[in-house]
Amino acid sequence: MIKCMFSLTVVIILAVLAFVGAETAGFKAQFLFGIAIPYAALLIFVIGVLNRVIGWARSPVPFAIPSTCGQQKSLPWIKPANLDNPTTTGGVFGRMFLEVFLFRSLFRNTKTQLSEGPKISFNLEIFLWLAAIAFHASFFTVLARHLRLFTEPVPSVIQLLEKVDGMLQVGVPGILLSGFVLLAAVSYLLLRRIIEPQVNYISLTQDYFPLFLIIGIAASGILMRHIFKIDVIGAKQLAMGLVTFHPTIPEGIGGIFYVHVFFVSVLLAYFPFSKLMHMGGIFMSPTRNLPGNTRAVRHVNPWNYPVHTHTYEEYEEEFRGKMIEAGLPVEKE
Amino acid sequence: MSDLPKNSNELIEKIDYNPSKKGWMDVPVEIRKGMYCYASNPKSVEYIGLPNARPWNPLDDDWKLPVNWKEIVHNAFKERLDRFRSFKVFMDICVRCGACADKCHFFIGTGDPKNMPVLRAELLRSVYRNDFTTAGKIFGKVAGARELTMDVLKEWWYYFFQCTECRRCSVFCPYGIDTAEITIMAREIFNLLGLNIDWIATPTANCYRTGNHLGIQPHAFKEMIEFFVDDIEEKTGVVVEPSFNRKGADILFITPSGDVFADPGTYTAMGYLMLFHYLKEQGLNVTWSTYASEGGNFGFFTSHELMKRLNAKMYAEAKRLGVKWILGGECGHMWRVINQYMDTMNGPADFLEDPVSPITGTKFENAKSTKMVHISEFTADLIYHGKLKLDKSRNDNLKVTFHDSCNTSRGMGMFDEPRYIINNVCNHFYEMPKNTIREQTFCCGSGSGLNAGEDMELRMCGGLPRANAVKYVHEKFGVNMLACVCAIDRAALPPLMDYWVPGVGVTGITEMVANALIMPGEKERTVNLRDEPLPGMEE
Ligand code: HEM
Ligand code: SF4
Ligand code: SF4
Repeated sequence: MIKCMFSLTVVIILAVLAFVGAETAGFKAQFLFGIAIPYAALLIFVIGVLNRVIGWARSPVPFAIPSTCGQQKSLPWIKPANLDNPTTTGGVFGRMFLEVFLFRSLFRNTKTQLSEGPKISFNLEIFLWLAAIAFHASFFTVLARHLRLFTEPVPSVIQLLEKVDGMLQVGVPGILLSGFVLLAAVSYLLLRRIIEPQVNYISLTQDYFPLFLIIGIAASGILMRHIFKIDVIGAKQLAMGLVTFHPTIPEGIGGIFYVHVFFVSVLLAYFPFSKLMHMGGIFMSPTRNLPGNTRAVRHVNPWNYPVHTHTYEEYEEEFRGKMIEAGLPVEKE
Repeated sequence: MSDLPKNSNELIEKIDYNPSKKGWMDVPVEIRKGMYCYASNPKSVEYIGLPNARPWNPLDDDWKLPVNWKEIVHNAFKERLDRFRSFKVFMDICVRCGACADKCHFFIGTGDPKNMPVLRAELLRSVYRNDFTTAGKIFGKVAGARELTMDVLKEWWYYFFQCTECRRCSVFCPYGIDTAEITIMAREIFNLLGLNIDWIATPTANCYRTGNHLGIQPHAFKEMIEFFVDDIEEKTGVVVEPSFNRKGADILFITPSGDVFADPGTYTAMGYLMLFHYLKEQGLNVTWSTYASEGGNFGFFTSHELMKRLNAKMYAEAKRLGVKWILGGECGHMWRVINQYMDTMNGPADFLEDPVSPITGTKFENAKSTKMVHISEFTADLIYHGKLKLDKSRNDNLKVTFHDSCNTSRGMGMFDEPRYIINNVCNHFYEMPKNTIREQTFCCGSGSGLNAGEDMELRMCGGLPRANAVKYVHEKFGVNMLACVCAIDRAALPPLMDYWVPGVGVTGITEMVANALIMPGEKERTVNLRDEPLPGMEE
């Protein structure tokens, strides 16, 4: 619980900092939260992520150790599991596609229960998968939708996405589904972390922090759109200024906007140093991204080195007498 | 021996899947009798040239470590991060979603939260953060980092010898984080400090010297097989003629030595002998080896280097004898090593030929680089081509279920070959529930060198999920035989069954094949290899 409250407190402090700063300290603070910090955060994000990925890439993959989650390809009349135990590059792409876009492995999730008997049962546990999919999908939808602030003219794909997202057609401005799905899914993931004893037990401060931060981002975003109704034209001016490298601070967008932007900046800067790097890591996971053809194609270990072995000659030397007596063939009589 | 409760319910009552409120870093490790294996015999450690050979006892305060042990650990940790992308990525990307938490048989069987795969990994990861990450260095405990202390090391040792490297957790992890891989690294580090367990170190030393884990010397190995020959003659009237270390053979056969030594593995060993004899006339020319008389590889449970040193004998012997390819018997971790490590470590085996079945002409395309074929692949192919005359009804006394070994499942993917064979040699086959078989199979609880006597409680706890699934089919269908393709299983499952599901036996697949096999020139078969009357032959 301490870990959870600690993360919450940090996120609240961050919010207050940005809000009070932008509302009271005027242009200077707005410059800081609207221009300087976002640029710095983006820089940290890009360099940090690259650094991390290059760091991983520097360590070689000495052995091909895919988790073989389906029938191997062996005899021609036995049907291999081409996606769960792929042997071709295409198969590996298929497997990775399923992992990245559909969270294939998480989909297998079950809940173990022990009851009288004793009887151990494994029941389908779909909610983690559902919430994770809902969260990631809505997160990326929201992200993509934001491109409308950074582009002029707005590409038609983005406009289309926004139409689909707003298909409920309620409220002015219209409610966009993704924001609410995002908020709901993240809230579920947070509650689960607090309530489920096992997950609570393994959780660290850094597991709560991004959840609160993302809740903060989604909540401030929804508030801006539906309650405070901030000046969207101003927001777009600022965003366009950032991407065209002619940053400007338009008048009177409102403190809540700076909170939103600050949260996003913190998330960006935090990203490379945290578990959020799982986005990159999944592509480099040797149990998933290697084909299961390990007996058909030799995998090379770049640091394979010679080792001491007990040679046959040494063996025969020790046991020759006994071998001859037992009628076993020997090299030297 | 441990004080295993006679009444298995006592073990069940202890299990609670809800961890305590206290944070795990604040719960010190308690090394408990029955849950750990004895420390290694210094002689074995010395024989294979590993550091810090000395007598020590895990229950003592002083583990007699080198003075600079922290430095050794730090450097070894770093070296492994630089050498294994798997290790580095797995240290970095876990989101602690908990999907793996209740997938480990040791967690399910003990309820000890540190047996959740994620927490097992966190034991190491916490020190990783402290030593190797910016966030950990700055924020310390807030960022989940902790310093390496003697207590932490003891906790590592206790829990990384409560992982059987079964990889079940990796199947469920959204990023494929494989705790087995992390355990492998941890054990490598232990070995640099001399913190081995005897059930691994001594078999390893034996294997290095005599070619097999049990330390059987060449003449005795031959004698044991000859004893089987007599047994087979008695039961079938057929005299099989195995050969040893024979140059001019086409195929070298290697199987775990456990099957030569202890029941019920011995019946599987007899099965091999009968199968090879049966195929002799059809052109099978096979030899055993006393030098490479071990398929299993306890080096795998020690370090990558020792795995390589032991495994090297297979290719070396194949080369010396001039065979065309290698046939491997029923074993679990042996096949993980062959399938995922051997070729990389000790290949390329370009002195061998692409494996082709001399009987059916089938080319084993999937083994064209390692040149090593699994006996179940080989046998399934024979049956498919109608090359074996089988009388299924001889196994009618059996109601069979099949235990997928962790290693042939999640480190190979061999699921349908053994099932095909079983369905062709017996009439009554029943699958266990689907979350407990194939890639989701449960460990026997004794893998990766943990099948000692003194850790019996650990083994019974770890084997509980497997046993419970057997119990289900035992009660529902009357299953009385648990088939498997692993020698450790054949050693570990019988006590597990006796404890949780009395009345279920354990068999290798090839034993069932041999019982059903109609041998040319056989006398009227009245008993099976276990000397039990065949169905219809009871007095
Ligand atoms: C290739 C892309 C990605 C994949 C396959 C992926 C997959 C997953 C999965 C399976 C989970 C576990 C479910 C859970 O505990 O919620 C998860 C958690 C999470 N992901 Fe991603 N993710 C990806 C990218 C991202 C990105 C770009 C972010 C950036 C914000 C992100 C943020 C999170 C967060 C915060 C959690 C933790 C949720 C929790 O604590 O419960 N993910 N991800
Ligand atoms: S399933 Fe994978 S990401 Fe989730 S807690 Fe386990 S190891 Fe970590
Ligand atoms: S590899 Fe097997 S024993 Fe080890 S943590 Fe994972 S599930 Fe448990």
